[in-house]
Amino acid sequence: MRELLLRLWDSRIAVAAVILFAVGFVTLLLHRNLLKKIIGLNIMDTAAYLLLTSLGYIENRLSPIIRSGETDPALYVNPLPAGLVLTGIVVSVSVTAVMLALTVRLYQRYHSLNLDEIYAMAQKEHGV
Amino acid sequence: MKKTGFLERFRAWDEDRFDLTERTTGDLNRPMRPAPTDRTVSDEPVQRLAAGEMRAFSRIYPILAAILGVVLIAFLLMTVYDLPPFGAANVPADNEVPARYVRDGMAETGAVNVVAGVILDYRAFDTLGESHVLYTALTAVLILLLSLRDAEPEPDPEDVLMRRDGILTTTAALLVPIIVLFGIYVLLNGHLGPGGGFSGGAIIGAGLILYAIAFGFTRLERMLNLKSFRIICLVALCFYSVSKCYSFFCGANGLHTIFSPGTPGRILSAGLILPLNIAVGVVVACTMYGLYSIFQRGRI
Repeated sequence: MRELLLRLWDSRIAVAAVILFAVGFVTLLLHRNLLKKIIGLNIMDTAAYLLLTSLGYIENRLSPIIRSGETDPALYVNPLPAGLVLTGIVVSVSVTAVMLALTVRLYQRYHSLNLDEIYAMAQKEHGV
Repeated sequence: MKKTGFLERFRAWDEDRFDLTERTTGDLNRPMRPAPTDRTVSDEPVQRLAAGEMRAFSRIYPILAAILGVVLIAFLLMTVYDLPPFGAANVPADNEVPARYVRDGMAETGAVNVVAGVILDYRAFDTLGESHVLYTALTAVLILLLSLRDAEPEPDPEDVLMRRDGILTTTAALLVPIIVLFGIYVLLNGHLGPGGGFSGGAIIGAGLILYAIAFGFTRLERMLNLKSFRIICLVALCFYSVSKCYSFFCGANGLHTIFSPGTPGRILSAGLILPLNIAVGVVVACTMYGLYSIFQRGRI
């Protein structure tokens, strides 16, 4: 048990990312409110970025900005995860904007953000 | 305080209606639009779910979701157990690819910031797609929301002026120039330090949004209306596309004779990275402001 906890403490950022991911996932599933679902999805995104950036970090190394002109790879942290996370952030912003626009359209039509009510009204509309 | 079960309280909290202002929601009591005659939009799963089924479903659902969350955490922690420790050297991710970027990146791209060199030179095509994703999202939001509020009357400008707050306008007048200047600094120094097109563009967009909140859209429209918005985004995206697609036809040789890498560390160095940063930053700033404007009032 002690060994397991020590091992998890060694990769504590990944553990935090896992917990954040699960929080976002359960928020996405549990809430019937569309805005809260979108918030849950964004928390999941953030967890993925946290995990990615933490994998690129190496202790006692500099950020990959070559001020001194020294180009030894052993001096700098991994520059690739930062670039990948940048892509991810942009995509998640775009997806969030489109989801929010769809939510606005649903609210304009059904005057509700609750998914169950929207289902019920959609059923009524289609004469079921 | 009334004692209720956790599930009831949770459901009550979850089902609260959002108290949107009258202007955005319109008349809440207005009759629902008639059902569309087009039957193709009705999908099967919606029809199969009866009301009783749905009630039972909503009772079991939170419990199942909680169990699923715990199981998910357990499974992912098992994976984390096998990950290398945080901050360790010689991890699998730290292989020859980032080493190559760090060793030769500055000489090949001229960018002091290796991340900027990677995303705007080695992997610039990826970033091109990224800025197009952003612009496509803006277009999708425009399609979804633009036609909605045509019929609604514009709010009276006098009324909007009356509601304007003194603290907000004074603070915005002080802060907006600083925010926009800082955004431009971050944008232009993307190849020399932390920053670049996306972060700088987001900061400039935030400054524009603050200006629009404090002083209204009409003032900002003199500078940034739908027409200038279209032209700016089109020029930036086209410049990016042309300058990067060029290297396809030249055997991935790039434009090193025209835009030479220069002396690393100078502001006018790093070849195409600085112009590309500016193009990306312009698109990001326009998109940030455009999204806010569409959501706020239904048009740009």
